[in-house]
Amino acid sequence: MPVSAPGVHRAHHGRLLGLRTFGCIVLCIILMFADQRTDALNTPRGWLMAVTYPLQTLASLPSTFFRWTDDASRSRAELARENMRLRRQQLLANARIQQLNAVRAENDRLRAMLDARPRAGDNVEVARLINVDSDPFRHRITLNKGTSNGVYERQAIIDASGVVGRILKVGPVTSQAMLISDPGHAIQVEVVRNGLRTVVFGIGEFDQLEIRFLPNNADIVVGDLLVTTSLGSDFPAGYPVGEITRFEPRPKQAFARVMVQPSAALTRMREVLLLQPRTNPSDGQSE
Amino acid sequence: MSAIRQRLWWMPFALIVAFMLSAIPLPAMISPFRPDWIALVMIYIAIFTPQRWVLTTAMVAGLLLDVLQGTLLGQHPLALMVCLYAPLKLHLRLTLVPIWQSMLATASALALYQFALFWCNGATGNELGLKAYLAPLVTGTLVWPLLLVGIDILRLERVNSD
Repeated sequence: MPVSAPGVHRAHHGRLLGLRTFGCIVLCIILMFADQRTDALNTPRGWLMAVTYPLQTLASLPSTFFRWTDDASRSRAELARENMRLRRQQLLANARIQQLNAVRAENDRLRAMLDARPRAGDNVEVARLINVDSDPFRHRITLNKGTSNGVYERQAIIDASGVVGRILKVGPVTSQAMLISDPGHAIQVEVVRNGLRTVVFGIGEFDQLEIRFLPNNADIVVGDLLVTTSLGSDFPAGYPVGEITRFEPRPKQAFARVMVQPSAALTRMREVLLLQPRTNPSDGQSE
Repeated sequence: MSAIRQRLWWMPFALIVAFMLSAIPLPAMISPFRPDWIALVMIYIAIFTPQRWVLTTAMVAGLLLDVLQGTLLGQHPLALMVCLYAPLKLHLRLTLVPIWQSMLATASALALYQFALFWCNGATGNELGLKAYLAPLVTGTLVWPLLLVGIDILRLERVNSD
């Protein structure tokens, strides 16, 4: 369309601009209320997530490319070394698994003697990270698995070394997850050494978590391992969450200052595991 | 005799590029300084092509941004509405002002945008640091002249009509 001078158009919005802007703002506020208070908008959000999937894939192309060139340009000797290392690691892991089988058998026997329910094994599904949230103060990631792969809200996510986070929103082919380091995340844990139960909070840093409500005389030492507990939590029991790096009693305040280093490699992961417990997940938990 | 013509596909193209720039993973050091690309492109659209679809485009772009960032649905469209009103209302004047005044106008529109986001985050209990709101405002204002030139090149083409 030819224009007389670039940029100068006849505006069509006329006198109703204020009214229409106001209408849109009211609509937005209603949407926000609905999204905050109800689950009604989860399905439309899923559709929109499917729309943004190609955008995210496009946006992650540069980093995918750098990774690929990095892999492709490694020397043969380096690969051989890595291969060697992995073989050794697998040997060690296999040896441990043999022990594990024996221990599991023993554990089953003991549980049978105690008349306890046998512990269900967990299925896992591998998901790839396709996006890390652009907002640096929200620790959220996007995964390439959605409802079509059986992913559900609040599902637990781990990596090879520990708990990563949980699913927040699910779309048809993608899902968004919250890392344990997100300032809005809290997870129930217990200390392996003595069974002390507490809650670990994210503080917006990838290498540090915090325990806020432990009394100054709590039985905690630096190096204690924290694992998930299944009591009132979305996570199956026994997965490592982190290790105490600092325990500092503050006599003038009610609670001690306790910092935790997460076990999972939160900044370096490319793939994560979605835990799928054998039991039916949809038995209506809500916050 | 040559005339200046507007390309048809410039708007979706600019918005898609803006979405990609908003979604590209950045190192944690510089990530807080990422400009609000969608807001900038929408301000450009509001000033230079204030046609019928600006508000609708802003609604859709804002909703997609919400989904991309995992915020409440409606938060980014609301912020866009708040920041686009003045540029839409004053677009005739804003096309003619020198570049530094244009930067000032953009800075105030971006400030409104950030304030609306701040308000939404506060109302829903997600408090973020002040730096999260100020850094994109500064970088957004600084990249505005580049964006003006860039989108002008994308949008306008010279055709010879002898």
